[in-house]
Amino acid sequence: MILLETIAEPVAATGMFTWAWTMIAVPAIVAGLLLLAGKLSDAWGHLVATAAVFWSFAIAVCLFAEQLLAPATERAVAAPAYTWFSVGEWTFQVGLLVDQLSILFAMLITGVGGLIHVYSIGYMSHDPRRRRFFAYLNLFIAAMLLLVLADNYLILFVGWEGVGLASYLLISFWQHKPSAAAAGTKAFVMNRVGDLGMLMAISTMLAMFGSSKFTEVNAGAASTEPMWATLIGLFLLLGACGKSAQVPLQAWLLDAMEGPTPVSALIHAATMVTAGVYLVVRSHALFEAAPTAQMAVIIVATVTLLAGAWIGTSQDDIKKVLAGSTMSQIGYMMLAAGIGPAGYAFAIFHLLTHGFFKANMFLGAGSVMHGMNDDVDMRHYGALSKVMKVTFLTFAMGYLAIIGFPFFSGYFSKDHIIEAAFADNTFIGVCALIGAGITAFYMTRLMLMTFFGEKRWQPGVHPHESPKVMTIPLIILAILSVGAGIVLNFWIQEWLAPAVGNHPHELSLVPTPVGWMTMAVVALGVVAAWLVFGRSSIPVTAPATNNPITLAGRNVLFGDQVNDFLFVSPTTALATGIDTTDARGIDRMVDGGAQAFGGLSTQMRRLQTGYARSYALTMVFGALVVGAVLILTQLG
Amino acid sequence: MTFPWLTFLGLLPLVGGVLLFLPMGRGAARTLGLVFSGVTLAVAIAVTALHVGGADLAVQVPWIRAFGAWWALDVDGMGLAMVLMTAVLTPIVLLAEWEPPAMRWSAQAFFALVLILEGLSLFVFMANDVLLFYLFFEATLIPTYFLIVGFGGVRRSYAAVKFLLFSLAGGLIMLASVVGVYVVGAAQGVPSYLVSDLAAVRFDGDLGRWLMLGFLIAFVVKAPMVPLHTWLPDAAEHSTPGTATLLVGVLDKIGTFGMIKLCLGLFPEASLWITPFMVWFAVISIIWGALGAIGSRNLMRLVAYTSVSHFGFMVLGIYAFTTASMTGSIFYMLNHGFSTAAMFLVVGFMAKRTGSYDIAAYGGVQKVAPVLAGVLLVSGLATLSLPGLAPFVSEFMVIAGTWTRYPVVTAVSIIGVVLAAVYILRMYQRTMTGPVTDETAARFTGRDLTGIEKAVMVPIIGVLLVLGFYPQPAVQLVEPTAKATLAYVGTTDPAPVVKGAK
Amino acid sequence: MMNPENYLILAALLFAIGSVGVLTRRNALVAFMCVELMLNACNLALVAGSHIHGALDGQVAAFFVMVVAAAEVVVGLAIIVMIYRTRRSTSVDDANLLKL
Repeated sequence: MILLETIAEPVAATGMFTWAWTMIAVPAIVAGLLLLAGKLSDAWGHLVATAAVFWSFAIAVCLFAEQLLAPATERAVAAPAYTWFSVGEWTFQVGLLVDQLSILFAMLITGVGGLIHVYSIGYMSHDPRRRRFFAYLNLFIAAMLLLVLADNYLILFVGWEGVGLASYLLISFWQHKPSAAAAGTKAFVMNRVGDLGMLMAISTMLAMFGSSKFTEVNAGAASTEPMWATLIGLFLLLGACGKSAQVPLQAWLLDAMEGPTPVSALIHAATMVTAGVYLVVRSHALFEAAPTAQMAVIIVATVTLLAGAWIGTSQDDIKKVLAGSTMSQIGYMMLAAGIGPAGYAFAIFHLLTHGFFKANMFLGAGSVMHGMNDDVDMRHYGALSKVMKVTFLTFAMGYLAIIGFPFFSGYFSKDHIIEAAFADNTFIGVCALIGAGITAFYMTRLMLMTFFGEKRWQPGVHPHESPKVMTIPLIILAILSVGAGIVLNFWIQEWLAPAVGNHPHELSLVPTPVGWMTMAVVALGVVAAWLVFGRSSIPVTAPATNNPITLAGRNVLFGDQVNDFLFVSPTTALATGIDTTDARGIDRMVDGGAQAFGGLSTQMRRLQTGYARSYALTMVFGALVVGAVLILTQLG
Repeated sequence: MTFPWLTFLGLLPLVGGVLLFLPMGRGAARTLGLVFSGVTLAVAIAVTALHVGGADLAVQVPWIRAFGAWWALDVDGMGLAMVLMTAVLTPIVLLAEWEPPAMRWSAQAFFALVLILEGLSLFVFMANDVLLFYLFFEATLIPTYFLIVGFGGVRRSYAAVKFLLFSLAGGLIMLASVVGVYVVGAAQGVPSYLVSDLAAVRFDGDLGRWLMLGFLIAFVVKAPMVPLHTWLPDAAEHSTPGTATLLVGVLDKIGTFGMIKLCLGLFPEASLWITPFMVWFAVISIIWGALGAIGSRNLMRLVAYTSVSHFGFMVLGIYAFTTASMTGSIFYMLNHGFSTAAMFLVVGFMAKRTGSYDIAAYGGVQKVAPVLAGVLLVSGLATLSLPGLAPFVSEFMVIAGTWTRYPVVTAVSIIGVVLAAVYILRMYQRTMTGPVTDETAARFTGRDLTGIEKAVMVPIIGVLLVLGFYPQPAVQLVEPTAKATLAYVGTTDPAPVVKGAK
Repeated sequence: MMNPENYLILAALLFAIGSVGVLTRRNALVAFMCVELMLNACNLALVAGSHIHGALDGQVAAFFVMVVAAAEVVVGLAIIVMIYRTRRSTSVDDANLLKL
């Protein structure tokens, strides 16, 4: 709590910072332009879109440079744009907060995003709808930047939904495939479940603090009633689970691999799915006021990191292995974020390095698929290291980084998290350690099945190296996968301290006992994978098995079945029931009333004979009755 | 005396509608209709400018002295928002129905009826006298009935009669209350139907509650709330998209409009008494409507059910009695007019090509008619309240505002937000994506949206986007109504629990 | 001078005869005459009443009735003639289409 006071108020934007909004506006406008211009922009759309992202990257780097030069207390800069709306006592500004945390994200998003744009020029060159693809990618970049640069939770939520939309559009980009369309819908709907958490969290913040600005929420967090602080924390966690594919909202991520591979690399590995981690770190003050919520974050994270790894071990689709791995790695980040001040910087550290090496590997997988006629089944690969040298070498860098090979980037970032986990709770630490071992196992399996062994290529497939426009981004990302760790290792804690209030640790390059242990477990995982998959040949079709562990992994831990049973079937049944109730229940009651009146009038219609004399008789009787009544009342 | 702007505004489309009954050529009739609706829009904008400029536009002329009835018109923020929405939607609907389906009544009759409906609706939103409000409220049923029965689908007469009976039943109950209000007012020395006069009358105790219920039931039928909603899906399914737009987008708003203006504006005590009940009914409507939409196999029904769900949100916001929630409700009334118009009209464009509203009749349209698919997607995203489009702002205000008073109720109601994603995206997935079916290929290839159809959709989507990114002017326009109503009812917003240490 | 009540009794008798005629006779012309008889019975009663009360109101009313009766005869006879032309019958029971 003492540290909270050291968080400096953001200073007003000057100079370069007044340009910050163009980071978001330029890609957004280009996206709109490409969508509206239609076929006119087919020829140059991808170039403009790529240029737009590099514009944002340039601005981000300039801002970062200015922050580096500024004194530590003046690094966070607020740049309000305009009042979105104000109602009652609440005012919602569209405002940007460029601080130490958000600028790192901005550079990751635009940097990796820019590389992936370049890669996509090659990857999507044969797609007739490439222009549209780039428009969606730019839309995503704009929304993601809005998410990380917003200065309040509501604008963050706007970006949050924006990336959800972009993710939906891109997952179901190949809409003619029913599976892709279904995957997009599923991703959006499951994210919406998470959004409920966000909506409730923001509503609670407004009820508690009368504002959703980060500064005001952070300032009030410590004096919130524990129950409400816990609730806000849990709501935010629900939101984070949806976006970051954490258990129990994990089922969409593997299906999301239906999207083009650059999308998987950018959205479903490097940036969007890590938004949940960003959210938790950004809301650190609230979580520190709610230990129960922190505990929930840790539990969810631990379960996910093991579940993701489990899935990774038994999938044959190269992208789905990587997706399982993404789940698992985000679990590590969430774990670090849940541990508290000791872990925030490591969460972000791992997030950045993971962004590099996982994007690298996804793009590498895309390159492999490009050479294999879009086949994703690893059982049809093998021996590709000889024909796709650049892809193999860059992929290998990513591989070494993710398993935590010494001095590669993952080595630093993941080991810190495992150490922090051990410091927090031994059980959690052991789980994180096991996760690291399984990571090594499934990544080694992936490497062996894809690049080594004998050829298991399908007939008519002639693997070839991808064009330069695709390999150059791979090389750059490979360099980052190798070097980012050691560069950031000694610097990131100090840098982030003012923004997230973490406690910097003394770090050294000499491994700690936990570090040695991790290395041992990782080595064990690699050896085990080699024993199983490296020595014997791999069947071209997945062998039938009754092993429950393999079956569960292949079926993605039965997430779909659980969701179907718990939510989809009841909803469908209710929807059908509503239809029936409306038609048979409510309407029948109304119709019954109408029929009663109808029957009555049918009876009364019989009085209408058409004979003038009978009408006359009725009149006479009527007159007599009226006369009688008059006389009787006169008498009375 | 100054120029009676409001009377002029309401009479303009009525005159146009009557003129259109004169014999004339088809082209001339359509042009005349469009010109009249265009001029009405211009006058509505002028009225808005005058109102924002601070001019007093109220018209107040004695009408039936014996009942204390006045020809009294006035607009506040909410009334103006509704007037503007009506004035914008009418020309759009006329353009969308430029070629009404053959074999039915003539285009000329359609244009005439739409203009008459516009005029009557404008008067409802401007009436400042309970009797006048009631008369126009009932009068709107006449053109609507003919619009459904003259131009609708197969079971149009069933749908029209159902609509008429539900509405008349509600209206009859309301008539009793209208009479009762006068009697009570006269007994307290205020023999007048002016809303401003009646606001000073105290309708206490059981009598006040009964009178309030009379109004409320009529409005609940109108703003269809479960279980009095079943007329809407039928009426929407069996009428043309243009009619459905006006029916759901404009006419149903009279329900929520009346709740704020008359139920809350005349019976504050009784309205607070009914609040717990209404809040839960709103939640039921939200979920029920959303589930109904998921279960719909017909596109028009689906859109109608989404509206039931959205009206639930509006009612929830009204009866949560906070500035944010009520402002959100009024803003939602405006936004929903446009989002539902977008849905109905684009669905109409689809049906114009295939002749079917069945979801099962489509598949893979995106491939052959990408613009149509894009427009449907944007309309759908507006309907599911995606940020960046106007309905999100209002839905958020309702949710956040209601949360400050009823967290549990709100938590249940926002399940509707998830269900919204389900019904919209499933519909989009089934109609637009997947392989191109033979049916789709035959009907849609080379027949993407035409120029007129684009001209119809551009203003609607434009409004949704502008109000999504810059809602402040509209929010500021309607907020005074919410504040005044809450001040009259006598509730204050819950204050933030934690005082932020700034 | 006779007892004015006798006029009223006569008027009642005439009215009763007229109404029985309307109810029982099928010939449209006869039924029509009977209606006229009832109207004239009323006139008689009005004039008698006027005499009893010594005021002119009743006589004025009688003139009104005569005017209305004359107008009614015109319309009624026209209808009867039209029906006769189309149906070759003056029976009131033949014109029974006025029903659902």
